This record gives sequence, structure tokens and C-alpha cells, in this order.
Amino acid sequence: MDLAHTSTETHLDHGHDHDHDHEELSWIQQYIFSEDHKVIAKQYLFMGIMWAMFGGAMSLIFRLQLGFPNASMQWLQPLLGDWIKEGKLDPEFYLALVTMHGTIMVFFVLTAGLSGTFSNFLIPLQIGARDMASGFLNMLSFWFFFLSSAIMMVSIFLETGPASGGWVIYPPLSALPQAVTGSGLGMTLWLTSMAFFIISSLLGGINYITTIINLRTKGMSFFRMPLTMWAFFITAVIGLLSFPVLFAAALLLIFDRSFGTSFFLSDIYIAGEALQHTGGSPILFQHLFWFLGHPEVYIVLLPALGITSEIIATNSRKPIFGYKAMILSMLAISFLSFIVWAHHMFVTGMNPFLGTIFMFLTLIIAVPSAVKAFNYITTLWRGNIIFTPAMLFSIGLVSFFISGGLTGIILGNSAADIQLHDTYFVVAHFHLVMGSASFFGMLAGVYHWFPKMFGRMLDDTLGYIHFWISFVGIYMVFFPLHYIGIAGFPRRYYSFTGFDFTRSFTDLNTFVSIAAIITFAAQFIFVFNFIYSIFKGRRANANPWRSNTLEWTTPIHPGHGNWVGELPTVYRWPYDYSKPGAPEDFIPQNVPYAQTPESNFPNEIDPVEHKH
Amino acid sequence: MTGLLIGIAAVLVFAILLLIFRIQTLVNVMKGSYSNRVNSSNGFHALGLVLFLTIGLGLFFWYSSVATEHYLPKAVSEHGVRTDLMFWITMSILCFAFVVTNVFLFVFAYKYQYKENNKAFFYPDNHRLEIVWTVIPAIVMAILVGYGWKEWAAITKEEPKDSVVIEIMGKQFAWQVRYPGKDMSLGGYHFTKIDASNEFGVDFTDKASYDDFMPTELYIPKGKPVLLRIRARDVLHSVFAPHFRLKMDAVPGMPTKFWFTPTKTTETIREELGKPDFNYEIACTEVCGRGHFAMRFVIKVVEPEQYEKWFAEQKTFVSLNKDYVLTKAPEHLKGLIGVDEPVAVPASPAVIPVADTTQPAMADTTQKLKL
Repeated sequence: MDLAHTSTETHLDHGHDHDHDHEELSWIQQYIFSEDHKVIAKQYLFMGIMWAMFGGAMSLIFRLQLGFPNASMQWLQPLLGDWIKEGKLDPEFYLALVTMHGTIMVFFVLTAGLSGTFSNFLIPLQIGARDMASGFLNMLSFWFFFLSSAIMMVSIFLETGPASGGWVIYPPLSALPQAVTGSGLGMTLWLTSMAFFIISSLLGGINYITTIINLRTKGMSFFRMPLTMWAFFITAVIGLLSFPVLFAAALLLIFDRSFGTSFFLSDIYIAGEALQHTGGSPILFQHLFWFLGHPEVYIVLLPALGITSEIIATNSRKPIFGYKAMILSMLAISFLSFIVWAHHMFVTGMNPFLGTIFMFLTLIIAVPSAVKAFNYITTLWRGNIIFTPAMLFSIGLVSFFISGGLTGIILGNSAADIQLHDTYFVVAHFHLVMGSASFFGMLAGVYHWFPKMFGRMLDDTLGYIHFWISFVGIYMVFFPLHYIGIAGFPRRYYSFTGFDFTRSFTDLNTFVSIAAIITFAAQFIFVFNFIYSIFKGRRANANPWRSNTLEWTTPIHPGHGNWVGELPTVYRWPYDYSKPGAPEDFIPQNVPYAQTPESNFPNEIDPVEHKH
Repeated sequence: MTGLLIGIAAVLVFAILLLIFRIQTLVNVMKGSYSNRVNSSNGFHALGLVLFLTIGLGLFFWYSSVATEHYLPKAVSEHGVRTDLMFWITMSILCFAFVVTNVFLFVFAYKYQYKENNKAFFYPDNHRLEIVWTVIPAIVMAILVGYGWKEWAAITKEEPKDSVVIEIMGKQFAWQVRYPGKDMSLGGYHFTKIDASNEFGVDFTDKASYDDFMPTELYIPKGKPVLLRIRARDVLHSVFAPHFRLKMDAVPGMPTKFWFTPTKTTETIREELGKPDFNYEIACTEVCGRGHFAMRFVIKVVEPEQYEKWFAEQKTFVSLNKDYVLTKAPEHLKGLIGVDEPVAVPASPAVIPVADTTQPAMADTTQKLKL
């Protein structure tokens, strides 16, 4: 922690020493155990992309099972070994795939991959800091994530399989190896991995919060911060408050599993014997889990919304509409996100009165969410829109956010939820509003900030192809699931042949699977573009999107310390796009009002400099 | 060999794509496209978004109208009919919002695409507009909350006194039901009393247990309130009867309940649908392991008179498992074992076709065959 700090101060005092600093660092310190936020961000990004491809591939296997229930999977045997028996996927492995897909996507891709990448990369660059408050904790944060990833990866290769009780790991299923083989060593590793993951995200979160509060450059007041900063800040606070609760739940579950306690277990007769556990409550676990689980939705979504705000404003060449309303609605959403968790539990046997309260609180969340959607749309209104790939992904995000968010209003209604709970309607809902929207936010961010990360441009044409296949594909995958859900098809079903009421829709399921395969295949275009462009992409200029925020005032390849010489001073908010009277359609945050007399509003005067 | 060929073909295809990509890049460099402020395909994407909107909405309305018979099974419980109405009212509001917002989003994207000499309109906020579109959703939400609250309260209120009480228990991977018998009172149970014969863990020191019976299908009378007492004995399960709009988790150690009033007999619905072998079903909707997807149980809704008749014909668990109960019953209750009319079944214990816990789960087809 001190190391980064000293170097920060060194920079302040002798700004030009910074090339000198570089030579002292070995290759390992620079690229592996680096304390530079930009390198750590890239490490998170690489891991995130790796996990995304892995998690996506898993979903394809179970989509094959659902879309083509009669097809032989023998050809997958070289890869999956004994999980394929006589050409059929093992039902327990199916559950393991569903579980791992959820865990990987929610935690490793959309929490670590999204927040880890962009909070790390953008916070110092957009608030005008040399680095994170603590470079050392930041490095630890990544390496805890790496450890967590490694453990989760190992669990996938166990003979008894990885955890398989769903990503929500409800006990008793997750506590009893007798109930499903994945609850043996696989579950132990899952819990260990998540414990390290939580440590990682807490270390990261503390750092993000501290950095934003303390290291903003001169003039960067809270209400001059880009909405990305607000989003990351709020996200970090939510994470800090909710992840420890998951940690507690995981710890208690470990006790129940290994030390014979009965926090979550009671009155169980399984595999021919009555267990000694008594007095515990499985519902308690669900409360603890969703106390993290629901805020987690916003931990995943808010950074994506922040990124989108920035990209939509920049590429509409307009200020984001209702800057303060955007901040207020994010604050409202994050506050409410802590008091709606039990809407996941309407039919668990929880007291029905609680259901009423949580329905009320849940539907309130629709109001700030609606405000955000309206503000995005109004930002487009009378803009001068440039469709960069990042912009297209951001517009896609808004569409997913609306389409998926609306169905939340039905699911949040406890009476309507009775029928829809744990059906494909829920799957459709959260894959659109949380999964795809956040995923698009992440991609938008990569397309937008790639030039700053690597000093080169991603190829536009490939980006456009990637966008169109993904956008159309994702709607084709998840929109039909609403119908299947309304029809009552339950989630996590290996096969739908056992019931009369799930006989229909086989063609629609096949259609969805084909759409999923195409969508997944399109992601390879991105991976190719990403890797190719790092080495061979067109060279970027310093501010390719003609953007206002501070990161574009750094050199094309910012070194350790980000700015050569003094840190920039901020004079205005980040959204002075197409200001009346201004010669250009953007005025960066570090341009004083004194330099733009032609476009200043009456109250826009630079503060008087105080000499110390 | 085929593998090798496919591999070579894949490499060639990739090489060709790579070549096309390189040529495209070089052509763009030659044309100087990269020095343009805006990519030449800008208009194409604007148009693409609007086309996507049009085609997408077209597909949405088309499929929603042609597939109606598939995506909502008829509600056959009193509360189900009401919640369906609420579902469709809410859904219409949502569809309206869905269409309007998406239309604005994509049409604006198209209409305000980049034009060389345009300048965007500097429009940072408008408090009146913001208040309006905060208040309108708030009012709509308030109405929906009120509506949902009313329905939820009606569904979850105490069951009527004259309800038919039935116990349903989930286990890996089957449902089992228990009726209270002639005394209309379910006997006590405890999980430590469960064994291969006594799947429910029925307590035979409780007098009320002696007339309980466990059929293999759930019979319920039409038009009468039915209370399901729900429990699980190993992991979480969830009772889901889609046609009745009924769902409630089965939790080990914490009994739950759900009451409802069926409105159509199995016979009636079969005629209405023209499907003579249609059955109401119960499925499990809380992941419970390997056989989660195969926990089927059939509900038969019959006229009340038929129900009475059926109920009277059922043989008690005790009468079918005399030897077993003899080993469990306390002295003063042993007299109850033989009280029933003589049973015309072989003396073998446990003829009830309950799933055997020792069998592998996937082989648990006993119940299906009975259908």
C-alpha cells in the first residue's frame, strides 16, 4: 500500500521521474504481480473473457440437451468422459453445468470481469489519480480472484463433479453428499473458492471507495464525476455491505457440512438413515443468500449502466439527460436493493405477510429503473448519433434493460409469482435484464476503452458483425423463453418428456438452442478481434471518440502514474457535448471556463485560485 | 481421418476469413475511411435498428397470437382464474410500456443518426418532464401493488374450516400423499420413524394415525376447498400444480401449506380439451438432485359424490401393513389394528406401490406406470 503511495507522491514532487521508476521494476513486477491499476484491470479482463467463454460453452452443452433431447452426445465423450453414458448426458452433470454456468457468469464474469476490469481501469483515470489508493491491496485483490478461479476450475474436473445444487446452493441439497454427488468435494471447493472470491471483491471494493473519496484531482467534485464513477462507487459500497453476508452464509454452511452443526438442517431422512441435525432452517440460508443475492444483481448491472451512460452521452454528442436524476436513481436502486431480497422467496413458506411487504418494496424499484431508461432514451433525442460498436452495444443494453426489467414487475407481484416462480419466465427475465444487459455493458466498455488500454483500435467491421449477431441472437434466445415460462416449464429440468404439460414447445426449444449456438459462435469474432487488435490493431489517437473525460487527456500509452507531469485540474462537468456557441461539439473537463467564453452560461466562472 | 479433414477444412475457412478481413482493412486504409470522423456504415446501423424493431415486434405479435393455446394452460382453481386475469391485465400494461419505450429508443436512434452539419441539442435536464415520468410509473406501480396485495391476501388467508386436508410429502424423487382417514385427522409423524415400510414416519403411538391412508394419486373433490399440508423429508422440493396455479416449497423441518378450490373435474377438462388421457399434474420446481425433472404425481379432480365414494373405499395403511404396525404400536392401541373389515390382500407387507428409497432414482418409474 505504501509503495504506490510513495510513488504517487514522488510523482507529485518530481513528475518527470516517472520513467526512472519504470526501469526499477522487474518484468514480473510489471506484468504479473503488478500494482499498476491498468495492468490489474487487464488481468481481470483476460480472466473475465476466459471465464465468459467457458461459462458460455457450458450453456451450449445443456442447450444441446434441451434443444435436441434425442440426439446422441457421444461426440462429446472425448471431452466429458464418463459424464456421457451411452450417448446421453448424465442428469447430475446437467445440474452441475447449470450450477457452474450460473456461478461463473454471475461472479467471475459479471462481477470480477466487469467491475474488476473497469473500476480498476477507469477510477484513477477518470478522477485524475496516479493509481488506486492502495496498489498492493489491489494486486492482492486480483490474486485472490485468481486463486478463487483456480479452485473453481479444479472443481470442474473432479470425478464426483462440481457443485450441482444450482448457483444459489440451497441446503439441504448443497449440504448433503448423499443427496447429489456434486455436494461432496465439489461443493467444498465451491465454498472455498467463493470465500476467496469474497475476500478479493472486498479488497477491491475498499480500494475503489477509498480512491474515489480521497484521490479525486483538483476540481473533481462529486457532482463533476462522470456517471461511470458514480456507478462504480455505488457498486463498491453495495458489494462491501452485502458480500460479507454471503461469507457468513457460506461459513455456516461449511459448519453444517463438516462439523455437524444444524444452522440450516433439520428433520432429514436420506439414503436410509435419519440424520442427527435438528432445529435448523433451510429458509434462513435463503434469507442470507438473497441478502447478497439481490444486491448482487445491481453489483452486476450498475457498472454496466454507468459505462452505458458515458458511451451514450459521448456518441450522441449530447449531455446525459438528467445527470442528477441518474445519480439519485442509482442511489435509490442501491438502497432498495437491500430491502427486496425476499421477493425470491414468495413461495418458500415464508410468512405471507412478509410477501406483501416485499412485493411493495420490489415494485418501488421499478420507478428509479424507469427513470434511468427514460433518461437514456431522452439522451438520444435530438442527438447527433455516431454508431460506434460501443454505442450499438449500449443501445442494445438499454433495450435489454427495458425488455427484461418489465417482466420483473410481474415476478415481483407475489400473487402472479406463484405460477411463474422457478420457471423459464424467470430465466428469460434475469438473462435479459441482468445477464445480457451487463454482458453488453462489459462489451461496450471494451470497445470504448480498448484504445486507452492498448493504444490501438479494435476493428470496427468485426465489431459490427459481433454486435448484430449477438443482439439479434440474444433476443432470439431469451425472448421465446417467456412463452415457455408462462406455460409453466420449470427451470433446471434435464428433460421435458415426463409431463403432459411440458410436451409442447419442442420446436421452440430447438430454435432457442440454435440461436444460442450462433450467438456463442459470434463471440469468437470478438475474441479474435480482441487478440489481433492488441498486436496489430490500427494505432489509436489520444482521444478517438472526442470524449470529455480525463482518461483521454493522458498519453496514448499512459505509464505508471498515468499523467506526465502535473495531474490535470477539472473545471467542468463531463457532459459539455454540443454546447451552444462552442466551436467543437465537446469540451473536455480540464478546459477552464476562461478558455471558452463563447459557450459559457452566466454562472459558469472558474473558481478563484488560492495560493498556498 | 474425417476428423483430420474437418480440421483442415476449418483451418482453411479460418484462413480465408482472415484474408477477407485483411483485404477489407487495407481497402479501408486506401479509401481513407479511417480518417473520416464517422464510419461510412453509420446509416446502415441506424436503419438496422429500426428494421430489427419492426421485424421483432412483428414476430412478437404474430407468435403471441398463434401460440396462445400452448403458453397458458387453463386455470382450474378459483384463485387461479383471478390471478390469470391479473396476469393478463399486468401483461397488457407491460406490453404497452415495452412497445412504446423500445419504439422511442430505436426510432430516436434512427432519426437522430449523425449528419455532417447537424449539432446535437444541448439538453441537460427538464425537471417537469422528469417529475412526470417518475410519478406516472409510481402511480401504475401503486395500482399494481394494491391489486397484487388483494389477490395475495385472498390466496394466503386461513383455509376455510371445512377444507379437505391432505398431506403431501416430497422425497428424492417422488411425491407421496396421506389422507387423514375417517377421523378427519392426520396422525402425528417424526422423521426418525421413517423406514422402508413407513415412508411418512407415521407415529403409531398416535391414535389418529390408525385410519390414515396413502393412495397413489391425489383425489380431490370439485368445488370444495382443499388444503395441502406440505413437507419434505430429505431436501427442498416444491409442489407445483400448473393448472391450479399452485406452488409451494416443501421444506424439511418446516411444514408449509397451500389451499385452493378446484373448479373443473378431470372428466370435464378432458372433454373440453378433447384429450381423453389428459391429467392434472404435480411437478417439482425446486432443484432436488438427479431425478428433479421426473417427480410426477397425478391429481384427479372428481365430483364430490364420487370423492366420498372413493374416500370410503380406501384401505388404511394399518390394514395393509398389520405385521409392521404390530411391531410399532403400543399395547393399548394394538386393538385398533384389526378393527377394519378383513382385508382381502395377501399377507405380504407393504403392497402400496411407494417408491423404494434403495432403488436408483432414475428407475423410479413405479408411479408413471400407474398412470
